[in-house]
Amino acid sequence: MSAMKNFVGWIDDRFPLTKVWNEHLAEYYAPKNFNFWYFMGSLAMLVLVNQILTGVWLAMSYKPDADLAFGSVEYIMRDVDWGWLIRYLHSTGASAFLIVIYLHMFRGLMYGSYRKPRELLWIIGVVIYLAMMATAFFGYLLPWGQMSFWGAQVIVNLFSAIPVIGPDLGVWIRGDYVISDATLNRFFALHFLLPFLLAALVFVHIVALHKVGSNNPDGIEIKKNKDENGIPKDGIPFHPYYSVKDIAGVAGFLFLFAAVVFFAPEMGGFFIEHPNFEPANPLKTPEHIAPVWYFTPFYAILRAVPSIAGSAFPGVAAMLLSIVVMFFLPWLDRSPVKSIRYKGVIFKASLAIFVVAFIMLGYLGTQPTTEGKTLLAQIGTVLYFAFFLLMPIYSKMDKTKPVPERVTK
Amino acid sequence: MSADGVDLKKRRMLTAATSVVGAVGAGFVVYPFLAAWAPSEKAKAAGAPVEADISKLEPGQLMRVKWRGKPVWIVRRTEQNLKDLGAIGDRLADPASDMPQQPEYCKNEHRSIKPEYLVAIGICTHLGCSPTYRPDVAPADLGADWVGGFFCPCHGSRFDLSGRVYSGVPAPTNLEITKYTFLSDTTIRVGEDGGAA
Repeated sequence: MSAMKNFVGWIDDRFPLTKVWNEHLAEYYAPKNFNFWYFMGSLAMLVLVNQILTGVWLAMSYKPDADLAFGSVEYIMRDVDWGWLIRYLHSTGASAFLIVIYLHMFRGLMYGSYRKPRELLWIIGVVIYLAMMATAFFGYLLPWGQMSFWGAQVIVNLFSAIPVIGPDLGVWIRGDYVISDATLNRFFALHFLLPFLLAALVFVHIVALHKVGSNNPDGIEIKKNKDENGIPKDGIPFHPYYSVKDIAGVAGFLFLFAAVVFFAPEMGGFFIEHPNFEPANPLKTPEHIAPVWYFTPFYAILRAVPSIAGSAFPGVAAMLLSIVVMFFLPWLDRSPVKSIRYKGVIFKASLAIFVVAFIMLGYLGTQPTTEGKTLLAQIGTVLYFAFFLLMPIYSKMDKTKPVPERVTK
Repeated sequence: MSADGVDLKKRRMLTAATSVVGAVGAGFVVYPFLAAWAPSEKAKAAGAPVEADISKLEPGQLMRVKWRGKPVWIVRRTEQNLKDLGAIGDRLADPASDMPQQPEYCKNEHRSIKPEYLVAIGICTHLGCSPTYRPDVAPADLGADWVGGFFCPCHGSRFDLSGRVYSGVPAPTNLEITKYTFLSDTTIRVGEDGGAA
């Protein structure tokens, strides 16, 4: 025992091991009233580790070459021992990552986790979300199937729609006049690089979290009520309480995750789209191009905005704004309370409408356009933006309930 | 070290000057990394404009040249063809070429620089098949009101001899017309217009 202590002491003299352990785990006091929604952060980290691990292994057998890429994916699926499992863990992991993150963000919306003093924490989170979307987009080209190719075509063309610099920007991103080998090669390099930046951003996210402390379902600052030792009365050490609780969350998550990996890896065409089983063919457009499900709400916004004067830019701008507006959320909410538990009926209704609009847009983004569906998408787009842009007004009007001093059960 | 006699103003100036020089240097270093993303010489060569000799093209004939892996049609239309183009506007989806499927100088009824010559990318705007050239008037399979045009065998899309799409067919837009220019009366350069936009 004392040999162990000596060893740790030796390290502590040279590296703040015990200090870091205590500051961030054993003596990091998290509110005692975390609920289900607070699993998502640790689950997101688990999936990130899964993505990096399986991704590096896939890269060992994958060939980023327009002539070889599609075949090398089939090679992984059929000839590499356990290659199918590693690939399905990766492809399912991509969707699981976005599901977990959407739930994580929804948690933030419900409990006001973006409010002062957590504005920067929220902004770092939105940056992480953007980095995830970029990573997912680069990765989706790699199997070099029909949907990979044409999906990338559509998304790169979004940049080409920017006035003046657009066409040159599109060529610069592709490295060619069409999506080609050059594009595939660089997207592979970027897809390999970005997860490490993502991991660094997650680190920054956690540093920011531990500076301001975790929010909780009551939206009460536990640091305002400390005992004589300076420990929040409503706080419990993250380790072992929440580290162990999170293991239970991981077990539950893995049940669902494994069920998809083993029984429905394509998820009916939502996780792996059917046209992607056909190699990319630049001369043949698939009947209907739809991005993967996690992009579809924004894709629906893109299509809902009509082109003006022959330029598709207004739609592109609306799509970009739909994400940029998230950065401003901390200053849009003027409610005197943080958590939905103490907010009034207006906020609750607004959030419900927002969720319905988001899911509806997500569905519409997977569908071919018709007049009726375009109208629905336009309504959804208006509701989406109304949630954010009208928030300064309705969050002030809302009748809130008094917030208790201490967290509730 | 004593702080006596330290010229703070000079120190700040030197700090600023060093930072600025460093930033400029970093800016220069960034350039090659950004420039490396541009199309390589190989990609540029593969995407270079192609020249077509149209001296042997008779009225009514079509010739194909390949540009960036796609078939480009050059059609020399007859007097009658050009007359017919004006008469079928009501059967077309976008007769005035309002969709940005062509350079500005081809936004006209004949969708070309010289009315006689059509230069269009021979890829159906529906699903990318290459339509067939059907200059024959009123053939049995295309109906009595067919005045010549392009017919896509894959899903039945119809285009007129300007590459304008008929309404009610699967293809959503007119055939794409790329940039081109006449180098002389008998030579066309496809893929470049010398900035005549």
